[in-house]
Formats: sequence, C-alpha cells, structure tokens
Amino acid sequence: MPTDTLATFESSLAEYDVPVTRTDRAAVATTVAEVADPPAVGVALDETFGDDAFSLTDTDVTVDPTPAELQAALTGVTGARLGVGDYGTVALDQTERGSELVSLFVDTHVVVVREADLVAEMETAIESLGDAVEESRGSTILATGPSATADMGALVRGAHGPKDVHVVVTEDG
Amino acid sequence: MSRADDIRDLMRTEGAAIAENTQGFNEGRYASVADLADYEELKSEARAIKEDAIERLPELVDQLETAVTENGGTVYLAEDAADANEYIRSVVAERDADRVVKSKSMTTEELEVNEALEADGVDVLETDLGEWVLQLAEEAPSHIVAPAIHKSRESIADLFEELFDPEEPLETAEELTRFARAELGERIVDSEVGITGANFLAAESGTMALVTSEGNARKTVAATDTHVAVAGVEKVVPSVADFQPFVELIGRSGTGQDITSYVSLLTPPVETPVVDFADDETPLSEFEHDRDFHLVLVDNGRMAMRDDDQLRETLYCIRCSACANSCANFQSVGGHAFGGETYSGGIATGWEAGIEGLDTAAEFNDLCTGCTRCVDACPVGIDIPWINTVVRDRINREGERPADWLVDGLTPDEEDEGAPLQKRFFGNFATVARLGSATAPVSNWLADTQTARWLLDWVLGVDPRRDLPQFQRETFVEWFADRESTVENPRRRAVVYPDLYTDHVQVDRGRATVEVLEALGVDVVVPSVPSSGRAPFSQGMVTTATDHAERVHETLEPYIRDGRDVVVIEPSDHAMFVSEYEKLVDESSFETLAEHSYEVMEYVYGLLEGGADEGALAGVDTGEIAYHAHCQQRTLGLEAHTVAVLERLGYDVAVSDVECCGMAGSFGYKSDYYELSVDVGERLADQLETEDVAERPVVASGTSCLEQIDALLERKPRHPVELLAPDTDGEPGERPQ
Repeated sequence: MPTDTLATFESSLAEYDVPVTRTDRAAVATTVAEVADPPAVGVALDETFGDDAFSLTDTDVTVDPTPAELQAALTGVTGARLGVGDYGTVALDQTERGSELVSLFVDTHVVVVREADLVAEMETAIESLGDAVEESRGSTILATGPSATADMGALVRGAHGPKDVHVVVTEDG
Repeated sequence: MSRADDIRDLMRTEGAAIAENTQGFNEGRYASVADLADYEELKSEARAIKEDAIERLPELVDQLETAVTENGGTVYLAEDAADANEYIRSVVAERDADRVVKSKSMTTEELEVNEALEADGVDVLETDLGEWVLQLAEEAPSHIVAPAIHKSRESIADLFEELFDPEEPLETAEELTRFARAELGERIVDSEVGITGANFLAAESGTMALVTSEGNARKTVAATDTHVAVAGVEKVVPSVADFQPFVELIGRSGTGQDITSYVSLLTPPVETPVVDFADDETPLSEFEHDRDFHLVLVDNGRMAMRDDDQLRETLYCIRCSACANSCANFQSVGGHAFGGETYSGGIATGWEAGIEGLDTAAEFNDLCTGCTRCVDACPVGIDIPWINTVVRDRINREGERPADWLVDGLTPDEEDEGAPLQKRFFGNFATVARLGSATAPVSNWLADTQTARWLLDWVLGVDPRRDLPQFQRETFVEWFADRESTVENPRRRAVVYPDLYTDHVQVDRGRATVEVLEALGVDVVVPSVPSSGRAPFSQGMVTTATDHAERVHETLEPYIRDGRDVVVIEPSDHAMFVSEYEKLVDESSFETLAEHSYEVMEYVYGLLEGGADEGALAGVDTGEIAYHAHCQQRTLGLEAHTVAVLERLGYDVAVSDVECCGMAGSFGYKSDYYELSVDVGERLADQLETEDVAERPVVASGTSCLEQIDALLERKPRHPVELLAPDTDGEPGERPQ
C-alpha cells in the first residue's frame, strides 16, 4: 500500500490520541514488548499472521494466557486483519484462541497490523471483510480508538473496553 | 397535569441537559457529514438498500433463517411482544440462568423483555452505562441512542451515592465511569446469557452488525455461553457488503462521530472460547467455544407497516437519532415528551403508530411542526414530516366530531374530517383571514378584547400571551388591482402568489415584492389565488389540503401556460408547491407548479445573475444585517440565495443557524405549546443578541419567524425583500408606509 495510506491512518488515529509505532518484521516483537505495559498478555501473533517473525515467545508478553492472567493483565496484544486509512479503524478477527478476550478485557490494547494490509477507504475494507466473513462465517470487530462513553455527563475514554490503544505497523509486510 | 404543565415541568427538570446534548450531537452531525465527500451518494445507497430489502423482506427472512441455521444457531420468528418474550424466557429457563446481561437494544425496550424475565426471578443487568443508570433510577430512556441524555452528571453522582455509598465520593464523569465499569465488569463475567440487539442483519451469511462504543456489547457476547439477539424484522439486508453505507452514516448522523468505537460484525455463534474467568490453569485457546445462539426476529406490527403505503418508510429507519437531534422541539423537551412507549423523536410517530397504535402516537405527534429539518438529516431520506402528517390525519379521523354549534361558519370544513376544533380553526385560517380583513379594523379590536382572548383560549386553545395578527383592510390583491403596471419590454413575466399572510396581514412585503420585481424589469400580476393548503396540511387535514392544492394548481396553471413564473414570498407555501404537493396532486400538475415556482429572493437572485440591474434596487444604508432563514426554505437549499443577494448589494450578513424559530405556523399560538415555542425561539433570540449581532437590523423570510422574532426582540424584523424595494428609503427597522 502507498505510504500515503499509512500517513492517513496515523493522522486518523491521532484524533483518538492513539499512537502508531512503525517497525518492521524483524523488530516487531521487541517493539510490541516496548510499548506493552506489563503485565501483558497476547495471542500467538505468529499464527495470526502465518509468519514466525511475529512470535512473541521471546518477550515478557504471556502468550495464550489463562483467564486469571488475562484478568490481571494491563495490556493485551493481538493482530488486526486490516486497517482503514480514512477512519483509523482496525479489523479484529474473533478466533478460537480468544483474540476477542485479549483485546477487550484489558486497559490497553496493543494491536499489530501490516502496512500491506492497510486500505484507504471503508468501502474497500467492508467489501473485503464481507467476502471473508461470508466465506468463513467468522466474526470481526471494526475497532476505532479506545472504548468510550458519554453517558456519565462528558466524553470518557475507557468504558467497558480498553482505555488506551496502541497500534504497531510493520512496514515490510 | 395539562399538556402545558407537563411540558413546562420537563423543560424545567430535563431541558438543560437535553438541550446541551442534542445540540452537541446536531452540531457534530453537521461537522462530521461535511467530511464525507460522497455523503449524498451514501445516503442514496443506504436508502436504495432499505427500499429493496423491505420490498423483498419475506424472501430475505427465509434466506437469513437458512444461514443462521447452517451456522449452528436458531431463528425464532415472533409475532408480537408476548410471543417474543415467551421464547426468550424459555431460552433463559433452559439454560437455567441466574443472570442475563444485556447490551443496549430499543427492540427489547419495545418488548419489555426485562420485565418478562424479572417476573421469572432472573437478574437482568443492563450494561450500557446510560441504560444501567436508568435501570437504577427506574426511569425510561429519553433518547433512542443516548438513553440517559436527560440526566446531568450531578444527578448520576447523587444516584450512585445514594445506592452504593462508595468509599470515595464520585464526582467527575471519569470517576463515575470507572465505578460503573468495575461494578458491571464483575457481574458480566459471571453471567450465563447475553442479550444484544442487532443494527443490521445480512441474510446471505447470518452476520449481524452491532454499532456500539463502550465495548459492553462485545463483552455481553464474549463472556456468556448463550447469545440471544433480538431484532425487528426490518433489520435484514441482503449481504455484509450492504452494511457499508450504514457503517459510514450511522454514527455521523446520530451523535456526530465519524464512526463509533466498535462495529461488531458477528456471525453467531461466535468462535471466542467460552471461559471460566476464575480459571488460573487453562490457557484461553483450550476452552471450547460451545455457544448457543438464538436470533429472535420480531414482527410486532412491522409486517402490517410494510403493507401500509404511508408507514412503510418507517421501516427504513436505522435509529440513528438524527431526527431527534435536529428537531427544535426535541432539543427543548427530549423523548419524555416527544416520544411514545419506546421510541422518540420525529420518526417515533411512525414506529409508535405501527407498533402501539394511533392512541400512543396521538400523545406526542403534535410536537412535530413539519419544519422539515429532519428530512435532510435522515440518512435514509425518510419523509418524516409526511409520516407525522398522515398519522395526524388518521388521528383526526378517529377522533370524535367536535361540537358543531361552536364552529359553524368559523371553521368550515367541507371535507368533514373530524379534526378537533382547534385543528379546524387553524387549518381553515384562510376563512378567518378573509373575515378578518373584510371587517378590519373592527375585527382586530374585537379579537383583542380580554373577553375575546379568553374565549379564544377556552374554545380554541389560542394562547392569550400571543399577539394576534393584525388584519389589513386593504389586501395585497386589492392594492395591486388599483395600480397600473409600469414595465415595458419586460425581462420576464411573473405571477406573484398572494399567500394568506401577505394578502391579509403583511401587505407591505407584497408591495415591496412587486416594486422590486418591476424595478428589475419583470411584468407582474397579482391575481386572487386560493391559499396553499399549508395550514390544513399542518393540522393533518390532508383532504382539505388536497382540495386547496388542486384549486391553486387550477388557478395558477393558465398563468404558467401563458409564460409566467410563479413567485412566492412565504417559504412555507413555496415548500408546498415544490415539495408537499407531490403527495397531494397528480404528477404532471405537481411538476408544472414545482418547476415554475420560485421563492422571491431565489427569483431576485436569478434575475441579477441573468443581468438585471441591481442599481435599480434600494441602496444600502446600514451595511450590517442579521438574517434568519425559514426552516423549510433551508431544507430546500434556498437560504443561500437570500444571503447571496444581500451580500451582492453590499450587506454584511450574519446568518442564524438554529433549526427553527419555534413558531411554526399555528404551533406557537396554541396554549399547550406556547411556552415550548418561546423556549425554542429564545435560542434564535440568543443568537440575534450576541455581541456582534445585537445592533444589527433583523430580516427573516417566514411569516412565523417574523412573528416570533417580533415577539422576542425589541427590534422589528422585516422580510429581506423589503430592504430591496426602491421606493422605500432602504432603512432597515422601519416599515415602508
């Protein structure tokens, strides 16, 4: 994807105060470990992306945690199937490995997305997700920024879901 | 309590919070949709998808049922609320669940699922923070998207203090949210059944979209082993790809967010493992994902709405709340007044009429003044004012016949529609105006006596605090008939439509119009033409309005055929000709009139653009002016023409941006609504009294707006065309004599 889309993606996310850290495959595990406040848990990113370079096993992030570890964690690390430049949205697939739990029951969600998986527009994203979902009958969350509510008299970030989101983008696929 | 007392009470207790929040959402909507390059296209797409889906609904429901079954879920088609609740109770009982957690769902509010489950001894927990606050406070939602919009931060803090007695006092929104998150979080992970709504359902794959921000809907599904989704049948669209325009429009149209934090695209039962949250040994991936899924598709009146040519459009509604937030009356009173059993805002009339019946719709339907500001705001282009008019018409017909002895002569209603007395009085204002002018000034003196005002209030509900229109003895049409046209080699030829108010009350603006048009080289005639039917239309007297429409067309059509343009001074009448008549007269009559009608300043704009000499118009004395366009004129996109003409002539124009002046024809005259009308009007008055604007003369396009501004400001407002009239001295603030 052209760099433009990544720049747009970053500026879209900046509106939600979501930082984006650029990295590459070789450094992705280290980058994730750096930005993840401990205690951190995660899913097996190498399986998410089908690429051993994404493995978190050499970091302090607990991969495939127990529910109790999840409950105690501050940070959850998962991957995203794609990102949408215009909106700063990431698509989080639900998996049998509990990606949904790891991205949701934590204070900070660290999400890894490959630059090659960024699309410029929502229309493209939904077309692609629609095809995938209809084929696999799976589920995915279009997540944009942290969870939020205005129900208590003012906008508050961090309602039931994460209060902070940090996006890590690998620029080399 | 009377209606007026109810409304006053609500404005006092909830008005401030409602006003702040709805206006914030409304401003957010304008800003957010402005960022969309293809906003109108997306709206058309969204509309087309809904039209097609509702047309093919039975087929799509079948397809959805097949897909959900293939996915391992169960579909239950519920005929009505009792049927749906019985099924949901059986699912909960079979699971032997102690607690059901719910994410926000208006459809479950409609069905009263909570009450049904609680009667079985089940602990039902609302997890949306707003819904939870209302559950604790035992109050009803006041807004379809932000249910606790009427509650201030302070009142929520007091509520928590009273119920939970927290160790540390809770003050800020952040503290309140943290507290709620912790309280609810513990209980969510200890629940068996999760109930969600569904914003959209894809027939092809059984995928549902859930539009949320807090993350509670995600948790409701992820933390439980039994997922029950409850949705009206109208939520079905063909495929996931069809979600796209809605995903882009729903947050923007509602609360002004480009997109909500989460749009869950779930194809239940979802694959997330069902875990025991206390387990400290088993990794997440080793838990099974053996989740039950039940989709409860609810009819509850919807299929009958689908068969109803006038209510069908209601089913296109995606419940974004744009029609509530953009509504001037809603901004003052919220959904506790402007709502029925479940739904609130402009579209609620359609929902409540279809689901609960006309009686429920009748309780709040009058709060729609037909200002049309919701029409452009609605992402699926529903003609919400028309639905309100149709339902009002049906309510009128169902109503008892008023006491004829009181109304004979005063409110002749040849269509015999059974509308209440007050509606027939305002609906037949043409007769009143004719009598008023014929007997002026005696009629004005008589109407203004204390006894007369008391009678008007008592019999017709005309609020004594309003000034009544002062009828002019010489009507606009009579004035014109006595003069000779002076234009040779005319640039264009026009027929100026003598609307009721211009003809009988505000004759000056009619004269100014003729003088301006003639100065710009237009040959003008002002024949006697029946009133447009706007007044009966507003009262839901559709047959009477149709009769007016047909007679107007019959009268104007020969002039049009003769090559004349129709120039209309009153924007609400112009809106009848170019918009509302589509519903009242045959297509070719509508098109003829719509195509040849111009709002007066739109016409002047066209003349100047076409080379007419602006030097023939009055000069500019005071360069700074404040302008309030008419609500329906803005919906038609005609505010800009007035501004452009005034700027071209050298005025610096400050334009108001409130949605409506609050007067809305007869609305502000009605005793029940006088105070609400003034509350809405004060938002306009506030804008006209800001530092930069307070000294500017005010012009406004609509009769109602002029009356409202006249009542609320010291400055006497005028119609913009009066600034242009060459034989006046051009000095704003004075009426030409």
